Amino acid sequence: MAQTSAAVAAPATSASQNTLADRRLAKVSARDVNVYYGEKHALKHVDLDIRANEVTALIGPSGCGKSTFLRCINRMNDLIDIARVAGSLTLDGDDIYDRKIDVVQLRARVGMVFQKPNPFPKSIYDNVAYGPRIHGMAKDQTELDEIVMTSLEKAGLLAEVKDRLDEAGTGLSGGQQQRLCIARAIAVSPEVILMDEPCSALDPIATAKVEELIDELRENFTIVIVTHSMQQAARVSQRTAFFHLGELVEVGDTEQIFTNPQHPLTQGYITGRFG
Amino acid sequence: MTEMVEQTSAPAADAVTSRLKRRYAAERRFQFMGMAAIAVALGFLALLLVSIFAKGASAFVQTQVQLEVTFDAGILGVAPGADRDTLASGDYLGLAKAALWSRFPDVSGRAEKRQLAALLSPSAGDALRDMVLSDPNVIGSTRKVWFPVSDSVDMTNKGYLPRDPAVEGARLNAAQMGWLQSLEDGGVLTKRFNWQFVTTGDSRDPTQAGVWGAVVGSFYSVLVTLLLSFPLGVATAVYLEEFAPKNRWTDLIEVNINNLAAVPSIVFGLLGLAVFLAVFGLPRSAPMVGGLVLTLMTLPTIIIAARASLKAVPPSIREAALGMGSSKLQMVTDHVLPLALPGILTGTILGMARALGESAPLLMIGMVAFIVDVPSGPMDPATVLPVQVYLWADSSERAFVEKTSAAIIVLLLFLAVMNLAAILLRKKFERRW
Repeated sequence: MAQTSAAVAAPATSASQNTLADRRLAKVSARDVNVYYGEKHALKHVDLDIRANEVTALIGPSGCGKSTFLRCINRMNDLIDIARVAGSLTLDGDDIYDRKIDVVQLRARVGMVFQKPNPFPKSIYDNVAYGPRIHGMAKDQTELDEIVMTSLEKAGLLAEVKDRLDEAGTGLSGGQQQRLCIARAIAVSPEVILMDEPCSALDPIATAKVEELIDELRENFTIVIVTHSMQQAARVSQRTAFFHLGELVEVGDTEQIFTNPQHPLTQGYITGRFG
Repeated sequence: MTEMVEQTSAPAADAVTSRLKRRYAAERRFQFMGMAAIAVALGFLALLLVSIFAKGASAFVQTQVQLEVTFDAGILGVAPGADRDTLASGDYLGLAKAALWSRFPDVSGRAEKRQLAALLSPSAGDALRDMVLSDPNVIGSTRKVWFPVSDSVDMTNKGYLPRDPAVEGARLNAAQMGWLQSLEDGGVLTKRFNWQFVTTGDSRDPTQAGVWGAVVGSFYSVLVTLLLSFPLGVATAVYLEEFAPKNRWTDLIEVNINNLAAVPSIVFGLLGLAVFLAVFGLPRSAPMVGGLVLTLMTLPTIIIAARASLKAVPPSIREAALGMGSSKLQMVTDHVLPLALPGILTGTILGMARALGESAPLLMIGMVAFIVDVPSGPMDPATVLPVQVYLWADSSERAFVEKTSAAIIVLLLFLAVMNLAAILLRKKFERRW
């Protein structure tokens, strides 16, 4: 937690011009974030601001640290014994890695959707109701029913499953499972949703549906999505950050990144010269 | 390039075909060996079961003789209006003998009469005592009653001993064979279900020896084992697998748990003797102590099985739960443990089956004692089924041979019931993915 003041000295990366002057304006703000897996320096001096109600895409070749960065935001890296995070990460100005922050509450504020659809082996209803139940968000059954229905509706799944809410969530198709996971994530009304390659296990039709959904969710949530597909980044995101070998190479409006990249590495990657 | 040319040419194609044939032949050989192995294993199992059932089934029936008994207060030596204790102390065996003598009125002389009376089991009077105690008014009346015969008669009637008195090994003399024949001809000598065997404890007299005391002893021992080792084992496994940091200490603990699983069971028996009996002063021969010793023996098995099935729960489920903001404990109780439960139950039942069949450690804590009474609680002295099998197998009387096999049958049934329960539980908890 080296730097906490709003006006920070310009960091050494080329992305500095894209950080906001006042980091409190950003939903999630990273300053000089470093992640080490044992001896391996996986993420190097990352400065990145994620703006509210936008979709930020993190792109880059495999092993570039984009997933690592994503998992810092809801402290999923805590689960890896050898992982160590240094630097400053804030959510609405609160330090995510502060001792006072309860990681359980943090994860209620920052939801996550994983690469492989991972619904609980329970009913569709129980999958969505799990979060509200453990956080005590519903006073009674009617309220819980409403939360479940609204979440399924928002995830665009209600029409497909409303007659079989008590069937196993694992019995759905891959795309439906992933939308169920999104419904499960939004049921606790998080502020930020992290998506770690949410479409990599889905077919093109299911992918299209999830992408459409991401665009709709932007209205109510701040979304950070890791993707390997540059077309997907171009389709769904407003801002794109390009990572390479643990460093944030370039960040900017998606259109600018794809049409007029500033850094030769970015250009090389998006034109398919490597990655 | 040359290879490609060869592949298309005819001789090379033949080589491919012949190699393919050899591959299929190898596969067929392997399948055949597998089937042969299964057949041999099944054959041995069948041999074992058939021999045990063939030897043991006859212990569940007992040769009995129906006699007309006159409840003579004079022979009994008690008055009809006496209190319970006096009634219970009457000479009921004498009454049974009198009934047999009255069936053969021409038998006279002390020696002959004693030989005739020897046909009856020493416990022949018990049924009469029960009748009088439940209704004292039967004194003075005449009833038809079934009596157990002595073990020699029983064995002869079941065909285990020769019927011809001249043949070596025969236990009945010519006169006794004659009376037996007469009873058989009279239609009052038949084999009936041996209630005594399934309701009473051990006895020196084979006709009175029962397996129920050992069944109850085994039940209490396994119950104590289950109640202690299941929660302890699962809690240990969950802590080590989900919560404990991975460092040198937990490595050391893990190695030691694995080592404990390989310790011979008699060592646990000695430990139980030294700790539970000598230090804590718990009673000897008690299923409670047996259960404690078996818990020590079963714990490593359960811990290892539980850890393996916890490891088999996909990490994605843990991530999903934690990503939703559940605490680690909620993650375990809501998701990981229910998914691991079928595997944990399988491991537990394996451990329980081993505990049920274990005799060596129980010998050390005195469960090998000769105990007649059926235990009424886990602190009463008792024996267990495998030890009962061991005790009976050691007895010299011919009648205990069938009892030994019968006790094994009961032990196998006990195991089958436990396994059935495990399968049902597993079905109940198994979830579809």
